[in-house]
Amino acid sequence: MDFDRRAMLGAAAAGMLARPAWAQKPGTTARMRTINAMMTDEPAHLNYPLFNTRIMQEICGNINESLLLFDWQFKPKSNLARGHEMSPDGMRYTFHLRPDVAWHDGAPFTARDVAFSCGVMLPQLNPRSRGAFSHVREIKAVDRYTVRFEMKEPFNAFLLSLMASSAPMMPAHIYEGTNFRTNPYNFKPVGTGPFKFNRWARGQYIHLTRNEKYWRPDQPGMDGIYYRVCPTPEQRLVAMESGAVDLAMADDIDTVVNKRMVANPNVVARSDAFNGTGEICVMEMNHRRWPFSDRRFRAAYMHAINREFLVKAINFGLGKVAHSPIPSDLPYYDDKALTKYHYDPARARALLDEMGLKPGKGGVRHRFGIMMIPDGGGYWTRMAHYIKQALSEVGLEASLESTDWPTFSRRSGNWEFDVDCNSYGQYGDPAIGTARFFLSSNIRKGVPQTNIQGYNNPEVDSLFAKAAVAVDAAEAQAHYSRLQQVLTHDVAMLWMFERKPMFFYNKRLKNVIMGPNGPADGFGSVRLA
Amino acid sequence: MKDFLRVFLSRPIPLIGLVIFVAIVAVALLAPFVFARGPFTIVGMPLLPPGAPGLLVGSDVLGRDMAVGLAYGARISLLVGITSTLCAVGIGVLLGAVAGYYGGWLDDLLMRVTEFFQIIPSFVLLMVLVAFLQPSLSSTVIGIALVTWPQVARVVRGEFLSLRGREFVQAARTLGMGDARIIFTQVLPNALPPIIVVSSMMVGTAILTESALSFLGLGDPNLLSWGSMIGGSRSAMWVAWWTTVMPGLAIMITVLALNFIGDGLNDALNPRRRR
Repeated sequence: MDFDRRAMLGAAAAGMLARPAWAQKPGTTARMRTINAMMTDEPAHLNYPLFNTRIMQEICGNINESLLLFDWQFKPKSNLARGHEMSPDGMRYTFHLRPDVAWHDGAPFTARDVAFSCGVMLPQLNPRSRGAFSHVREIKAVDRYTVRFEMKEPFNAFLLSLMASSAPMMPAHIYEGTNFRTNPYNFKPVGTGPFKFNRWARGQYIHLTRNEKYWRPDQPGMDGIYYRVCPTPEQRLVAMESGAVDLAMADDIDTVVNKRMVANPNVVARSDAFNGTGEICVMEMNHRRWPFSDRRFRAAYMHAINREFLVKAINFGLGKVAHSPIPSDLPYYDDKALTKYHYDPARARALLDEMGLKPGKGGVRHRFGIMMIPDGGGYWTRMAHYIKQALSEVGLEASLESTDWPTFSRRSGNWEFDVDCNSYGQYGDPAIGTARFFLSSNIRKGVPQTNIQGYNNPEVDSLFAKAAVAVDAAEAQAHYSRLQQVLTHDVAMLWMFERKPMFFYNKRLKNVIMGPNGPADGFGSVRLA
Repeated sequence: MKDFLRVFLSRPIPLIGLVIFVAIVAVALLAPFVFARGPFTIVGMPLLPPGAPGLLVGSDVLGRDMAVGLAYGARISLLVGITSTLCAVGIGVLLGAVAGYYGGWLDDLLMRVTEFFQIIPSFVLLMVLVAFLQPSLSSTVIGIALVTWPQVARVVRGEFLSLRGREFVQAARTLGMGDARIIFTQVLPNALPPIIVVSSMMVGTAILTESALSFLGLGDPNLLSWGSMIGGSRSAMWVAWWTTVMPGLAIMITVLALNFIGDGLNDALNPRRRR
C-alpha cells in the first residue's frame, strides 16, 4: 500500500487554500479527510452507462448524478430535479431542474443534458435503460430548466428507473455526436457530483477530489477518495482491519471472514447498503442445447442442490434461498404462486430417469460444463465446486471451466456454454432489472447480461409487457403473480440464493449509507465522525 | 553400486529424506484404498478445526475432509513433479549431448536456443504457456518441462565437453563405433551422476512450481492439488490457519525430502567426496 506522497501533499495544499471555513475541523489532516476505498480489479474505463457494474457504480456514483434519489421505502426525493409532476393518466412526467448546477468543467447543467442522456446515450449503452425508456415517446426540453417526458403508455416503474445506478446524467456537450465507446472523456469523466475525477494511476489507484463548486453547499464533507487496486482477499481484509482503507464494499470482503469483520469494534457493518439492487445469484443454462432445453432436466438440477447448505455453509449464512425471480423482500413477490424445488436427490433421479437419462458407465447419466465466474477463489468458486459435488450424487458429471472476465463475457454473450454462474439485480422493479433476462426480444447475440439462455415464452413476454403498463397496482400484482407461477414452473432460470452483500466502513466516518442505493448514491454526505 | 549405497545410507540426512519420500509415495498410492470418499466430497460444515469428530486435519472452506485432500494432493504433486522432470531431462539430455559432443556451429545454435529460454523469466513464460494451452494437468506438465530443460542441457553439455576428448572415447572411436553408440553407451553413463543429482532437485522445484500455478488458479480446476488447496483457502487464512498451513507443510516436507535425497546423491556419486 504505497501512498503517492506528492499527489497527497498537492491535494492537501490545494485544499488548504480553497476550503471554506465550515469544512475545517480543528486538528484534522489531509490524510484524515481522505476516504480510502478498494477495487478488486480495475475497470477498463469510467464511462458509467457503458459498463454499469458494481465497481463502476461505487466510483462513478460520486461523479455522475441522477435526477432523483430514493428513500428507504423507494419514495422519490429531489436531486438534480428539484421537483417533478406526473399527469393523472401517467402519460406525462415533468421535471424541474435546479438552475444552479454546473458540470465539473464549468458548463451549466440544463434540460439539454437530460434529453440527451435519457433519449440517446442511456438507451444505447445502459442495459437497464433500454427497456425502461422504450415506453417513452418523446423527451422535450420545455425551457432551459424544464424537461417533459411524453409516454407511449403509462409505465408504472418510470420514476424508479431514474435511480442513480440506473440513469446517471451524462454531459451532452462532451458526448453528443461522438463515438461513446472511444470518447477520450471515458478516461477523465465529467459529471455534476460532489467529487470530480483527478488522476488514474493504472494498476494502482483512481483518485477523486472534492468539487469545490458543488451545488449542495454543505457537501462534500471530505477532501477526496482513493480507490486502490487490491486484488487478493487476504490483502483486502488486512487493509480494512489495519485501517489503511476505510470502506469495504460488496465483493471486497469474502464471506468466510464476515463474522470476524462484524465483530471488529473499529468497523461498522451494514447489511442494507445494497437493498436497492435486490440481487439474486443464479445459474443460467443454454436452452438451445439438449438436455438443458428440457424442463425436467432443469427441475432435476434444482432438486439435486441443497440450497440451504449453499447459503449456510458455502456463503456463511449471508443470504436466503431464492424461490422466485423476484427477491422475497421486494414488492410483487408472491409466495403462493411459486413452484418450489426443495433438496430431493431421489426426485432428481426420478426426473432424469423419466426423460431417458439413465446411468451409463460409472453411474454417469450426462456430462457437461459449468463456466465459472473468475472471482479468485471467492464464494462463486466455492459455489461451483459444491454444485459439481451435489450433481455427481445424482449421476450428472459437471466439469468446471475456469475463465477470465473477457472470456466469460465473450462466451456467455455468444452462447458458447452449457451452464454458467451469474447474478442479477432487480433495481427497484421487475420491469427494470428482471424482465431483460426472460424477454424473447432481448435475445441478442454478442451482448452479455441479456437473455443469453434463449428462453422464449410468448406468455411471459406479454405478461411482462402488461405488468409494466398496468396503472392499477393490483393489476400489476396479478400479472407479476402469474409470471412467477409460469417462470418457476418452467424453471426458466436456476435461482440459487438471494445475496445480501455487506458494506463495512471505519468508525471514523459517518453518514456513509443514506439510502437503499448505498454507495451508488455517492459519498458526498460522508463526514468525519 | 555397493559403495554408493553404503555412502548414501551411512549419513542420516539422505536417509531421513528417503524415508519421508517413500512414506509420501505410499500415501499417494494408497489414498483411494484408505479413504472411501474422493477429495471433493463434502462431509460437513466448513472450517472445522483439526481433531473435530472424524476429521484428523479439519475441514476446508467447503466442508471437505482435508486429510483426504492432502493424500490426493500428493498424487498430483508427485505425478507432476516426476513426469515433468522426466520430460525436461529427456529434452535436456538430448540437446545437451548433441551440443557438447559435436561442438562447433551446432553447439552455438543449440546454446543460443537454450539461452533464449533462460533469459525469459521462467514463471512468467510458464503462466503464458499454461493459459495458452488451457489449464489442465497435461498443460502443467508440458509447461514445466519446457521451462526447466535448459538447466539439464547446460549440465549435460559441460560433461560431454570434458568427456569427449578422453582416451576411452578415442578408443571407442578407433574401434569403429558410430557417434550415436558412443554418445549413449560410452559418454552418457559417465555423465550420469550430475544428471541424477540435478533431476532429483528438479522434482522438488517442479512440485513447487505446480503449487504456485494452482495457487494462482492456473491448475486443473477439476483436480485437487496442494497449491489449489492453499489458493482456495487464502481468504480463510485469518480465521482457519489449518486450511493453508497443512497443505503448505505438505509441500515443504516433500520438497525438503527431495533436497535431502539430492544432497545425499551428490555426496555418494562424487568420487572426491566419497573418500
